[in-house]
Amino acid sequence: MSARRAIAAAVAALAALVPACGGSSAHTVTVFGAASLTGVLPELRQEFLRGRAGERITLDLAGTPQLVAQIEAGAPADVVATADEASLAELRARRLLDGPPVVFARNRLAIAVRPGNPRHIRDLADLAQSGLVVVFADARVPAGKYAAAALGRAHVSVHPASLEQDVKAVVAKVALGEADAGIVYVTDVRAASGKVGGVAIAASDNVVARYPIAAITARGRAFRDFILSPDGQRVLRRAGFSSP
Amino acid sequence: MTRRPPLALAVPAGLGVMFLALPLVGLVQRAPWAAVGHQLASHEVRQALRLSLVTSLAATALAVVLGVPLAWVLARVSFRGRALVRALALLPIVLPPVVGGVALLLAFGRRGLLGGWLAALGVRLPFTTAGAVVAETFVAMPFVVLATEAGLRSLDPRYEEAAATLGARPWSVFRRVTLPLLAPSLGAGAALCWARALGEFGATITFAGNLPGRTQTMPLAVYVALESQPDGAIALSLLLVAVSVVVLVLLRRRLFPA
Repeated sequence: MSARRAIAAAVAALAALVPACGGSSAHTVTVFGAASLTGVLPELRQEFLRGRAGERITLDLAGTPQLVAQIEAGAPADVVATADEASLAELRARRLLDGPPVVFARNRLAIAVRPGNPRHIRDLADLAQSGLVVVFADARVPAGKYAAAALGRAHVSVHPASLEQDVKAVVAKVALGEADAGIVYVTDVRAASGKVGGVAIAASDNVVARYPIAAITARGRAFRDFILSPDGQRVLRRAGFSSP
Repeated sequence: MTRRPPLALAVPAGLGVMFLALPLVGLVQRAPWAAVGHQLASHEVRQALRLSLVTSLAATALAVVLGVPLAWVLARVSFRGRALVRALALLPIVLPPVVGGVALLLAFGRRGLLGGWLAALGVRLPFTTAGAVVAETFVAMPFVVLATEAGLRSLDPRYEEAAATLGARPWSVFRRVTLPLLAPSLGAGAALCWARALGEFGATITFAGNLPGRTQTMPLAVYVALESQPDGAIALSLLLVAVSVVVLVLLRRRLFPA
């Protein structure tokens, strides 16, 4: 067989395979969620699925810009929830959303420290001490943008040891003891349940993160509506998020 | 050898070729050719490039210094647990690099097994360039061990025996007879090791973190730039592909003996 025939046969076989893999089953909803929703989305899923036998929810948790890039590249998401409004506004402008984004929760920043706060960190200014290993999220993810904004408001300049890929990586570096402190969300400190300590950031320096959600397909509407419902809001408040 | 391959083999083989080639075609077709030079000349890219060269060469040197003696021991000394040591030496090839990074943190991190000793010596590895070198060495050293041990096993032992008979001490035999004969295998192993170190991502970002100029090597820069400056990410990717191709071309005789 000539090489050309082999390639033609390969293309035909590939074409036959493609429709078989496309699209998930009618009862599975894929939710793309910001990294800082890692703790709460499984709880929301559990609450949502109560009494909905046969339905399934798949969670894809990553830094917000990664979610946006994946959706723009055609990833099969049904709902998306990010940690900033700009990202969903961008997806909206590209007509990739089913209906407008709605803010479903607010969050604030906190300083994550080692349990017991051995370095006696009291505020953002203390992060500038020399010899302190401080990590932030990279400025391309919302947590990094908010951290930079808070440091700017407090007029503090810090040399980070690393710019982590999402806020959960910041929490992990502090929990492992590699970093003395990091700037994360209040909800991350709560979700770490004792593995990191939290130091509050003064309200005048703090930043409010607003989390929008949007359906991408009609299949995603029910989960979006549940998150906006009193039941969904109760789960979010329990995890430390504020109501929109 | 001009056999007509059966369709049952030709079709999956053709699919396999397409599967491997299409991503490269995609990269080349999306490349901002007019701007590649400009992208690669930017400060961030040059910084990542320089750091990658320094760390990957240092990692290769470290891998050779530790890996060649290890390969020699595995090939020439028979001892209990040799199979286990060999498996250990090759483990990083199959281990997910992120897992390697976590394991490195638990061993050499501040709270790791050796953390206290390293701190006493004033050494900090996580979030430092030295840490990036350690991560790359961990992941890439197996290639040196693998290639060198295979080379040692295929060496005619009579050369070493002759040197020993003539009164050369074992270290002398190794340095003046074994090592020169081993040069081709060692070179191939070191080249593969270097290419792997250059491409290292998971262990580096986990163990050494991500800071431009200090631990942000080229693969990390590609990842970080992908969303904000896709053209820069593609230009960097092309560079890494070109390096990989050059390594394969240089090694083609050793990897695919005709």
